[in-house]
Amino acid sequence: MSNLENHPHVHRDDEAQKLGMWLFIFTELLLFGGLFLVYSIFRAQYPDNFHESSLELSVTLGVINTVILLVSSMSVAISLTAVQKSNYKLAKLMLLLTVALAMAFMVNKYFEWGAKFHHGLYPGSELMHLLDRGHHLYFSLYFFMTGLHALHIVVGVILLLISYVKITKGKIQSDNFMHLENAALYWHLVDLIWIFVFPLLYLIS
Amino acid sequence: MSNETEKHVSYLDYKGEYKGIFAWIFSTDHKRIALLYLYSIATFFFVGAILGLVMRFELVAPGETIVKPQTYNGLFTVHGVIMIFMVVIPGLSAIFGNFLLPLHIGAKDVAFPKLNRFSWWIFIVGSIMAIMTQFLRSGPPDTGWTFYAPYSTSTGTSVILATSAAFVLGFSSILTGLNFIVTIHRMRAPGMRFFNMPLFPWSIYAASWIQLLATPVVGITLIMLIFERLFGIGFFNPELGGDPLLFQHLFWIYSHPAVYIMILPAMGVITEIIPTFCQQKVYGYKAIAISSLAIAGVGFLVWGHHMYTSGMSEQARWFFSLLTFVVAVPSAIKVFNWILTMYKGSIDVKPPFLYALYFIFLFIIGGTTGLILGSVATNIQVHDTAFVVAHFHYIIFGGMGFAFFAAIHFWFPKMYGKMYNIKIANFASTLLFIGFNLLYFPQFIIGYQGMPRRYYDYLPQFQWAQVLSTIGGVVLFIALITMVANLVRGAKKGQDAPANPWHGSTLEWSIPSPPSLENFDTDPVVKENPYEYN
Repeated sequence: MSNLENHPHVHRDDEAQKLGMWLFIFTELLLFGGLFLVYSIFRAQYPDNFHESSLELSVTLGVINTVILLVSSMSVAISLTAVQKSNYKLAKLMLLLTVALAMAFMVNKYFEWGAKFHHGLYPGSELMHLLDRGHHLYFSLYFFMTGLHALHIVVGVILLLISYVKITKGKIQSDNFMHLENAALYWHLVDLIWIFVFPLLYLIS
Repeated sequence: MSNETEKHVSYLDYKGEYKGIFAWIFSTDHKRIALLYLYSIATFFFVGAILGLVMRFELVAPGETIVKPQTYNGLFTVHGVIMIFMVVIPGLSAIFGNFLLPLHIGAKDVAFPKLNRFSWWIFIVGSIMAIMTQFLRSGPPDTGWTFYAPYSTSTGTSVILATSAAFVLGFSSILTGLNFIVTIHRMRAPGMRFFNMPLFPWSIYAASWIQLLATPVVGITLIMLIFERLFGIGFFNPELGGDPLLFQHLFWIYSHPAVYIMILPAMGVITEIIPTFCQQKVYGYKAIAISSLAIAGVGFLVWGHHMYTSGMSEQARWFFSLLTFVVAVPSAIKVFNWILTMYKGSIDVKPPFLYALYFIFLFIIGGTTGLILGSVATNIQVHDTAFVVAHFHYIIFGGMGFAFFAAIHFWFPKMYGKMYNIKIANFASTLLFIGFNLLYFPQFIIGYQGMPRRYYDYLPQFQWAQVLSTIGGVVLFIALITMVANLVRGAKKGQDAPANPWHGSTLEWSIPSPPSLENFDTDPVVKENPYEYN
């Protein structure tokens, strides 16, 4: 009974867990939605500037990153199915693959941003402020949107690693896998956000 | 029954694994978390009220009276930030939603008790950050709680800390909303469908959806403001290609729905109190339930009515004005239904009911002056005047505030197992009502005559009203102290309260006062109609 103070009702409700994650995902969509709104307003105002600025981004690198994330969504989905079929070894392997792909994405991002920084292009820099209007807004949006997205990659990786540890400890089983399912759901969201960010920033040239 | 009372340990006395203060701040019991919110929010309310009182003393005479102009700007900004983000937005949901929602639906707790505790922790973190703005950089923010660009992007005061505080507080709000939505969907007692749930949970449900969906938008907007100050990203700066009006749109897309977060649970409280003290079922249950959802939904579409003078197009203005009139309709439906509930009822004017009556009166004034503001032509005259200040204080303080006082007097015996002094409570409520009207009604008049808001100085012709208002403020403050002192004394030395002192019909009245840790020792009996009396 003494445990009840902080766990007054030890009940398991998978549907509630799933509903909770979906609701949280709605909040994330609205968070990024604000940024997409700002993007669409300024792009409508400065279409040519946006087009010119996007030529500075490497479409190749963007495509590679897109493929990386798509494959990572596949690997996390495989991991979930593996757990459901009690193949915990495969599940863990797939989770590690997902995390590795996320790391690769971040490495690419590091080089992309690094190249910009090297040329003096970063939020608050003198060069940024010399850019005129639409160009300046484009790069502000570029850093903001990809930066916020990268932050969510980090959060997603943490959730995936927690799932990995839970499988190791036997807390995720073929009949009790909601934590992994929710982590996978969150990962799909992170992937989805990129699917929108990528063409809006990289493919408008 | 006597066996039960022997085993019954109230949630206030329950001893778990933590001792002392930790038994409270580490508790995941929704009832203890509710009280934690109550004590912190009551403290912040008094801080905000004192800031308001200082402003009133400054305004009692034209020119500089007791504070410098810069100080005055900081006062009204921090008064707004505290009252809005730390008192009225969390207020009813976090306190009474937390305490009553599981009881009303026959549940042992909310869906995610640990998340609930986390929500309170970050509420405290955000609040501490907001209070620290007083002391850092070149002083508290002086932008108004609305943080409009371009002033907010350039002023040297602690805007970044204040907006970060608001961001953290918003996160707390989002998580509470999420928790309550899942609770209502998944934890209703067997046999309780949506349409035989009491109406307070309905109002919490509607408000929770707003908390969930609207808050992220202001979250990202505040981050944009912070990055504007840190890096000059330019979204709101015309020199860099941006638009200050964009800030206003993004800000109000949240901040208008936020007022429905404030008022919907308040209406839910009134809808519980009136049938109880008239011993009659609610008139138009379905209309009230659906109107809560309607207010939440339409409330997302009216934000532009804060911006009629900003330079928006004619089409935008009439669109927002039309929808503002539409959103008033479901509120009016509720008012009619409350009054019809009273008709031929057996009325008992106890403090909760008296506060509810005052609520209806003040809410009607607040609501109808909202229509004056919602109509574009009249808005031009009164925008940014004391008229607006009077309107929102009638709606928020007269509306949500009085509903809050009604709620605390209604559920006090359940929460503490004690009763307060009824006569003093009724007296305090009437003094509060008188002080309130004396404080805010004159502001409508001088606002219409041209007294601007957020000004510490004014023309001598407005002084008569400012003096009346200041007197009203003092009376109001005295009444508040009386009310709180009466409640505190009741909690400590009051008579023991029975399980159902008001002959209520909803599930919280069927369990002991105060409830035990898990609320229901036996399974709750769900009635077809939650408002059945005798």
